[in-house]
Amino acid sequence: MTATVRIPLVRIAHARSGDKADWVDFGLFAWNAAGYRLIEREVTAERVRAHFAPWLPGAVDAWALPNILALKFVLRGALQGGGARNLRLDNLGKAMAGALLRLEIEVTEAELAEALGAQRVGWWGDGPPDNPLEGAR
Amino acid sequence: MTSIRIGAGLGFYGDNWEPVAASIERGGVQFIASDHLAELTLAILQKDRQRDPALGYARDVVPMLLRLWPLMHERGVRFVCNAGGLNPAGAAQAVRAAFAARGWKARIAVVTGDDVLPRLQDAARPAADLAHLFTGEPVAQVRDRLVFGNAYLGAAPIVQALDAGADIVITGRVADAALFLGPLVHALGWKLEEATGSQDLNRLAQGLTVGHLLECSGQGSGGNFGSQGAWQAIPDLAHIGYPIAEVWEDGTALITKAPGTGGRVNFDTVRQQLLYEVHDPHAYHSPDVVLDMSGIHLHDEGHDQVRLTGARGQPPGDQLKVVAGFRDGYKAEVTWGFSWPDAWDKAQAATATIRQLLKDKRVPHDELFVEYPGLNSAHGALAPLPAACELNGMNEIWARLVLRTPEKSAADGFGRLFPWLALSGPAYTCGFHGLHNTSELLGIWPTLIPRALVEPGVSVELVESAA
Repeated sequence: MTATVRIPLVRIAHARSGDKADWVDFGLFAWNAAGYRLIEREVTAERVRAHFAPWLPGAVDAWALPNILALKFVLRGALQGGGARNLRLDNLGKAMAGALLRLEIEVTEAELAEALGAQRVGWWGDGPPDNPLEGAR
Repeated sequence: MTSIRIGAGLGFYGDNWEPVAASIERGGVQFIASDHLAELTLAILQKDRQRDPALGYARDVVPMLLRLWPLMHERGVRFVCNAGGLNPAGAAQAVRAAFAARGWKARIAVVTGDDVLPRLQDAARPAADLAHLFTGEPVAQVRDRLVFGNAYLGAAPIVQALDAGADIVITGRVADAALFLGPLVHALGWKLEEATGSQDLNRLAQGLTVGHLLECSGQGSGGNFGSQGAWQAIPDLAHIGYPIAEVWEDGTALITKAPGTGGRVNFDTVRQQLLYEVHDPHAYHSPDVVLDMSGIHLHDEGHDQVRLTGARGQPPGDQLKVVAGFRDGYKAEVTWGFSWPDAWDKAQAATATIRQLLKDKRVPHDELFVEYPGLNSAHGALAPLPAACELNGMNEIWARLVLRTPEKSAADGFGRLFPWLALSGPAYTCGFHGLHNTSELLGIWPTLIPRALVEPGVSVELVESAA
């Protein structure tokens, strides 16, 4: 039997959110191809919709961009009608990408080890090429 | 093969222009393109214009150019911006006056014709026209409350201004990325309106992608890099270098930044910006080209250099995007804190008291919105809260109460519900903040308008500032 673990997306991905009228959009980025295989399999539009539903019950659209190891999501009706009428402190949803990174997925321990162990694609300086996430823990 | 270098200016009204000085002095750029208009900025400018008809533009363009123009002039760097907002002629007038006072001379071009408010307000138009882009609701619903309405113009008038020899181009609303595409088309001799073949369209798609990567200043070079544990490895954000693109005739681009600046340009920081505020990445619409990102390749060459290839373009549609704003009531907010012990329960009791007072006094309102900064204001119901006993053990709890009301007088009076509770409410209050801060709320109305109704009215006027 393969052991599985539940992990928040923040372990294997990074993200940014932005606004257009009442919609918030998210870019979700795996650090490497091994991580991308996991988010592409697990983080469907339905999973994202269900994740936000207790707070912001809106429809979600999703697109995959394997060329940049990324997924794109749009959550509708997320800003009380739009930034200039939204009463929240975060009226533009800038912090909402953090909420997406809380979403938990289930992966095998081997898959997680591969995603954390594989070298990241981006250049992060002349230091040792370890995953920056590992340095944080 | 010919190439040019273009640098990012501001990413919004209020952004920092010192990094732009670094790009001019050390980045080898020939053009700076500066985006002063977020979706909501026109709402702020509209309030300025209501107070004084000479205003309505992004006023930071004047001090910005006073700082940067001597650096640009010396090196022959040209400047494109949308700081004109609702009043491009007013912005140009202010720049001319500031330059004249210093004996500076520059050729300034003004692009107008994006204002479509009269069309939106025209009740004689068919009911289905200018319907809400997302909901399909008819514009008649908000027509008498509209305060601005502007079409996103493309790169053509910017190209025209640069072809005519402008040093400084000031526009109103144009597609943000068009501020960058204009100089690229001008300097690299690309076909724009006559672009038909895939080579022409793919070059424009590359140029639009460059514009999209640079239009948010530091977000394209390591600023606002959302992650856990990685952002700390981005050096010296205090001296971040805004992104610079070197773009070749064939559309290939290298994203980089000025040497010796902070921040980071790599695969990760660049792709976070690539998808920012994009909806369908296979069809990112602009007035000049429809961009498909699915073939984009970002090759990280290390040392803050990322090579961009593979953007594909399709011809643009025959409609332009419009964003209008309409008056949508008022808000007033008070933030109220309580200290240990029982801080959480006291904040709940205080909020209940305010709800009771609103009811007793029959204050007209749509909602009383409550959030707790430090606990759930960023992630709402997705923020895990400690158990009630732990919340009551916390050092302090702050509640932010916001009234949404159709009546200005109700918003003005909201703050007066609070002060007496310092003596007659729950104990150990840490004070009230924001008792008098009514502000008008604006709804956003995105829609589409036929190009043929807008483009014939677009004009480019070139004026020489007096020395």
